[in-house]
Amino acid sequence: MNMIVCLKQVIDPETPPASFKIDPQSNKIVPPPGIAPVLDPYSEYALEAALRIKDAKGGKITALSLGSDLVREVVKKPLAMGADELVLLEDEAFTEGDSWSTAYALAMAIKKLGDYDLIFCGRQAADWDAGQVGSAIAELLGLPSVTVAQKIDISDGQARVERVTDDGYEVIEVPLPALITVSNELGEVRYPNIRGIMAARKKEPIIWRPADIGVDASELGAAGRRTRLLKLWLPVREGKCQMIEGDSPEEQAVNLALKLREAKLL
Amino acid sequence: MAESKGVMVYAEASQDKLSAITRELMGCARKLADDLGEGLSAVLVGSDVASLAQEAIALGADRIYVIDDRLLKDYQTDAYVAVMGKLAQQVTPRIIILGQTAVGRDLAPRLAFRLETAATLDCVELAIDADSRRLLATRPVYGGNALATFTTESQPQIVTIRAKAFSPAEPDTSRQGEVTTIEAGLRPEDIRTKLLERVTEEVEGIRLEEASVVVSGGRGIGSAQGFKQLEELAKLLKGALGASRPPCDNGWVSEHLQVGITGKIIAPDLYIAVALSGSSQHLSGCSGAKNIVAINKDPEANIFRAASWGIVSDWKRVLPAFSDKVEELVSG
Ligand SMILES: Cc1cc2nc3c(=O)[nH]c(=O)nc-3n(C[C@H](O)[C@H](O)[C@H](O)COP(=O)(O)OP(=O)(O)OC[C@H]3O[C@@H](n4cnc5c(N)ncnc54)[C@H](O)[C@@H]3O)c2cc1C
Repeated sequence: MNMIVCLKQVIDPETPPASFKIDPQSNKIVPPPGIAPVLDPYSEYALEAALRIKDAKGGKITALSLGSDLVREVVKKPLAMGADELVLLEDEAFTEGDSWSTAYALAMAIKKLGDYDLIFCGRQAADWDAGQVGSAIAELLGLPSVTVAQKIDISDGQARVERVTDDGYEVIEVPLPALITVSNELGEVRYPNIRGIMAARKKEPIIWRPADIGVDASELGAAGRRTRLLKLWLPVREGKCQMIEGDSPEEQAVNLALKLREAKLL
Repeated sequence: MAESKGVMVYAEASQDKLSAITRELMGCARKLADDLGEGLSAVLVGSDVASLAQEAIALGADRIYVIDDRLLKDYQTDAYVAVMGKLAQQVTPRIIILGQTAVGRDLAPRLAFRLETAATLDCVELAIDADSRRLLATRPVYGGNALATFTTESQPQIVTIRAKAFSPAEPDTSRQGEVTTIEAGLRPEDIRTKLLERVTEEVEGIRLEEASVVVSGGRGIGSAQGFKQLEELAKLLKGALGASRPPCDNGWVSEHLQVGITGKIIAPDLYIAVALSGSSQHLSGCSGAKNIVAINKDPEANIFRAASWGIVSDWKRVLPAFSDKVEELVSG
């Protein structure tokens, strides 16, 4: 079983909202000072799904990340968790893309890698939350796709996938090769163990530039965008919370109930 | 290629009725169509869906496209992308709007890439730019920490809308519209996946998404036991129980109770948030609530920035007294 997992480096999504700043001039996020980037949590679920298959059936996992100035401790984490190879699409030309240009570069890299049974992506990435790259790769490569998966079983050249729906889940059978996007309902993601961390340290990533995957820079990153970001801003939280006082928590509670009654909410 | 014109809605139905999201879709799409001075169409895809056409017309559609085929009985990516793609090429709408549902979030991006255009998912605001007549699509990004407005130059512009973010259309049964039937033209071998089973979660009492009062707890509740108290309060208020992510991850409550960007998106009249900090990811799911009450021992907790009323105290002391008083008030 040959598996490819796409993983993204992101600003820590659990950055406290108060530290989250944007630069309205450039329409960009200001990386919060002192908070290191992390591997996108949804990507980690995608990797965990692949690792579980590898545990059960064996196989090879190639981790694939795209960006520039990728932090090695971040992008090497998949190796520490159990992936076998790491390919980085690392070049300025790959950055500032949208779902289209990002998916295009990833699809071309996957084509070059060639031999695969399953491709995994996160259901979305915790920075732009766009939720499209997986479907786009599948479309570009002409593969069947199942999105927002919570469980995957492999048998007889087919994947049996539980896909999360609005009020439960459905079980879908898909022939391989296929693309699957994975959701947090998959359950806990493993921590790297010492052996994995040592192995990751020794392993060097394969680095590909646009020419290595046979694409022109005009189709990549910012140049290849089809969606334009016009404006980025922080939501205004009104901050007009009325604090309910009282001599004891019990009295506060009673006062709250009375307030809500007055507001006809009870 | 023909000029792109009009707004098209992908209408969702369940159990022989148009879904709540379809009313919201029609509400916002009618407005966009009127702003453009162009028509509004709705597409019904499925098996035995033609009977829903009148209902969609009443909600504001000028034209209904019905694509009815046994092979479309259940949502399957390959089948639905194929028929929607063909229809879009035939009709060349300017805009296609879907709901950010299990179907929409799967269908919209793949449809967009098939049509070599781009999609913007999970929008909370849509407007037409008066000069360019392009759709301006606004959506939360960075787990709800920020909002962003996007546009695309390629046609059609495809978007999905978040549940509860737009007012539903009011039905008007005197409205007239035309119904056009479209051949699906599918062969069984076009559909590579197979749906084996559909499992619906069992809910006791009121569904979280439909409740007008939700009592929600966070990590600070500390145990499944603690949630029993919240559940009793919810019952008293004829509401539903919710939670932030840690209680779901810890198994104190069912994962289906999670509110937030990766959980349920709800908009009750009253949201009582107990011992949860109000992360952006959580607020993404409940900021549509008309009134938020926060009980938290940390006066700096982010939830107070979203709340209308707040108590800074230990919930373990607040809740019993609050429940008692509520019981007295609602029974009195
Ligand atoms: C990609 C991604 C997606 C996510 N999706 C979601 C989502 O959909 N929904 C979601 O909720 N989270 C989601 N999260 C997690 C989110 O970032 C937060 O970690 C989570 O919401 C925090 O939950 P909490 O507020 O219960 O816990 P905490 O942030 O730990 O807050 C606990 C609060 O309880 C208070 N407290 C503790 N004890 C007491 C007491 N005795 N009395 C009163 N107050 C007390 C504390 O002051 C604190 O404010 C997501 C995270 C990521 C990275």
